[in-house]
Amino acid sequence: MVTDRSRLLTLVLLAIGFLLYSITLYSTQPPKKPAVTALSSKGKLVWQQYNCTGCHQVYGLGGYLGPDLTNTYSRKGPAYIKAFLAGGTVTMPNFQLSAEEMEALVAYLQNIDASGTADPRSFTIHTNGTIEQ
Amino acid sequence: MVWGVTGGLQYLVPGFLKQYLSFEKVRPLHVSSVVFWIIFGAMGAVMSYLQQHTGKKIYSCLLFRIQFLLFGITVILILVSYCAGIFGGREYWEFHPLLALPIVVGWLLFLFNFLKTVGSLRQQPVYVWMWLTGIVFFLFTFLESYLWVFPYFRMHVVKDMTIQWKSYGSMVGSWNMLLYGSSIFLMDKINQHKKYSFSTIAFVLYFTGLFNLMFNWGHHIYTLPTHAYVKHISYAVSMTELFILGRIIYLWKVSLTEAKKHFFRLSYRFLAAADVWVFLTLVLAIFMSIPGINVYTHGTHITVAHTMGATIGINSFILLAIAFDILSDTCQSFEPFKKLFNRGFWLSNISLLVFWLSLIGAGLLKANWQMQTDPVPFQTMMLQLRPFFILFLISGITLMSGMFLLIYPLVRNQWVCYFQQSGDRQKPQHFPRMSRFSIE
Ligand code: HEC
Ligand code: HEM
Repeated sequence: MVTDRSRLLTLVLLAIGFLLYSITLYSTQPPKKPAVTALSSKGKLVWQQYNCTGCHQVYGLGGYLGPDLTNTYSRKGPAYIKAFLAGGTVTMPNFQLSAEEMEALVAYLQNIDASGTADPRSFTIHTNGTIEQ
Repeated sequence: MVWGVTGGLQYLVPGFLKQYLSFEKVRPLHVSSVVFWIIFGAMGAVMSYLQQHTGKKIYSCLLFRIQFLLFGITVILILVSYCAGIFGGREYWEFHPLLALPIVVGWLLFLFNFLKTVGSLRQQPVYVWMWLTGIVFFLFTFLESYLWVFPYFRMHVVKDMTIQWKSYGSMVGSWNMLLYGSSIFLMDKINQHKKYSFSTIAFVLYFTGLFNLMFNWGHHIYTLPTHAYVKHISYAVSMTELFILGRIIYLWKVSLTEAKKHFFRLSYRFLAAADVWVFLTLVLAIFMSIPGINVYTHGTHITVAHTMGATIGINSFILLAIAFDILSDTCQSFEPFKKLFNRGFWLSNISLLVFWLSLIGAGLLKANWQMQTDPVPFQTMMLQLRPFFILFLISGITLMSGMFLLIYPLVRNQWVCYFQQSGDRQKPQHFPRMSRFSIE
C-alpha cells in the first residue's frame, strides 16, 4: 500500500522536474534562429489570419490537404509562391491578398526555410532508433 | 461528425464548397467540435462522478451553471467565427485568442468547485488524483499554448513550434487523466468494490501516465531542428509506455473473462471496446515514438490514424460508457432499443477499424512518396491515395451512422422523460443508481 505521503512526494518531485524543464525551454533559444524582420513577423500573423495551417504543414505539422511548405522558398522561389497566392488553385482559395500581405507571407516562408529542412530524406537513422540531420 | 464527413468529401472532390466553406474552415469546425465534445464531456463526467464519490452535491451548483453558460456561449461564438473566416490560426485552437479568455475563466471555476467539493486528498482513490492533475494540467497547458501572443515566444519559428507542441502534447494527456479516472470510477462501480483504485499498481500506472504527460511530448517534433535533448528525453520517456503495453498483454486472459462477465451491460461494452482501441493505438503510438520510424510516418495520415484511434476509439467510447451509466436511470428502459444498440455498436467499431486501416494505408503510400529520390508532384501523389480516401469517406459515413444509432436511445429517453418529469413536477434524481437496464 502506498502511503499518502509517498504519493504526494512523487507528485511534487515530478512537478518540480516539469517546471524546471518548462522554464529551461522558455528561456533558451533553439540552435538555429535566422534573422527575423518586421515583414516576416507580419507574415506569420497573416499566415495565422488566413489559417494556412488548415491545409499546409510546416515541419510536417499542420493539415494534410496541401503540400508541406517548410522549404518551398528555396526549392521554388518567391515568384512561384506569389503565383499560387495570387491565383489560388482548384482546392486552395484565392484569398484576395494585398500586395503587402503577399510580400509578408513570402518573407515568412523565407524565414521558415532558413530555420532548417523538413525533408525526411535528410535524416540519418541509427540502429538504436535515434536520428540525426 | 457532419463536418468530418464534409472534410472527407473535400478530399475527394477538389473545390467542393470552396466558395462558402473551404477546407480551412471545415477542419477547425470539425477539430474544435471534437475537442469540445471530449473536454466538456470529461468535465461533466468528473462532476457527476465526484458527487457519487463523495455522496454529496457539488460545492456550488450556481457556479457550475455559470460555467456551463460561459462554455456554451463561447463554443457557439467560436463555431460562428470559423464560418465567418475569423481565425487565430493556430492548429487545434484556430479561434481568435480573445475567445480563449472565457474558457480559462470557466476552467478556473471548475477547478475551484472541484477543490471545494473534494476537500482533502487524504485517503483518496487514484481517480481523484487523476481528476485533480487533469484539471490543473489542462489549465497550465491551455495557457501555455497561448504564449505565442507574446512576440518573445513566437518570434523564432522553431522555438514557437517547440512550445506549441509541448503544450499540445501534454494537453492530450490532461484530458486523458479526466477520462481514464472516470473510467476507473465506473469500473469500480460495476465491480462494486474499490480494490483496484486504492491499489499500488493503480498509482504506479497513474504516475507513469503523469510522467509521460510531462515529458513525452517531444515525439511530436522529432524532425523539428530544436534542442537535441528534447528528442532524447521524449524517446526514452515514450518507451516507458511499453510497460503499460506489456501489462495489457500479460492480463489478456483475465480481461477477457472479465469482459464476458459484464458484456451484457451497455456501459461496460464501451469500456471493453475502448480497451481494444487502447491496445491498437498504443502499439501504433509506440512505433511512431521511435525517431527512426517517426521520420517515415511523420506528416502522413498514419499520424491521423493514431489521432482518430485515440479520440474516437478511446476517448469517445469512454464518454459513451459514462453517458450510458449516468443517463440510464430515467423513466424508461433501453430494452426496446436492444437491436438498435447492438447494430450501432458493431457498425461503429467495424467502421472505425476500416477507417483506421484506410488512414494507415494512405499514410504508408505517402511515407513511401516522401522518401523517394525523385518523387512525383504532390497532386499526383494525392491522386494515387484516392482509393484510400474513398474507403475513408465510406467508413466515415457508416461510422457516423453507427454513432447516431447509439446516441439515439440516450437522447430519446432523456427527451421523453424530461417532459414526463416536468409534467409530474418530479425532481430529477441527483445520485442515480447503477444502471438497472441491460441487454442480453
Ligand atoms: C483549402 C486548402 C488550402 C488553404 C487554406 C491554403 N492552401 Fe496553399 N495549397 C493548397 C493545395 C491543395 C496546394 C497544392 C496545389 C497543387 O499542387 O495543385 C497548395 C499549394 C500552395 C503553394 C505551392 C506549394 C508547392 O510546393 O507547390 C503555396 C506556396 C501555398 N499553397 C501557400 C499557401 C498560403 C500562404 C496559404 C495561406 C494564406 C495557403 N496556401 C492556404 C491548399 C490550400
Ligand atoms: C488517448 C490518448 C491520445 C490522444 C487523444 C492523442 C492525440 C494526438 C494528437 C491530436 C496528435 C496530433 C495529430 C495530428 O496532427 O493530426 C498526436 C500525435 C502523436 N501522438 Fe498521440 N495521442 C494520445 C496518446 C499517445 C500516446 C500514448 C503516445 C505514445 C506512446 C502518442 C504518440 C504520438 C506521436 C508520436 C505523435 C506525433 C506523430 C507525428 O506527428 O509524427 N500518443 N496524438
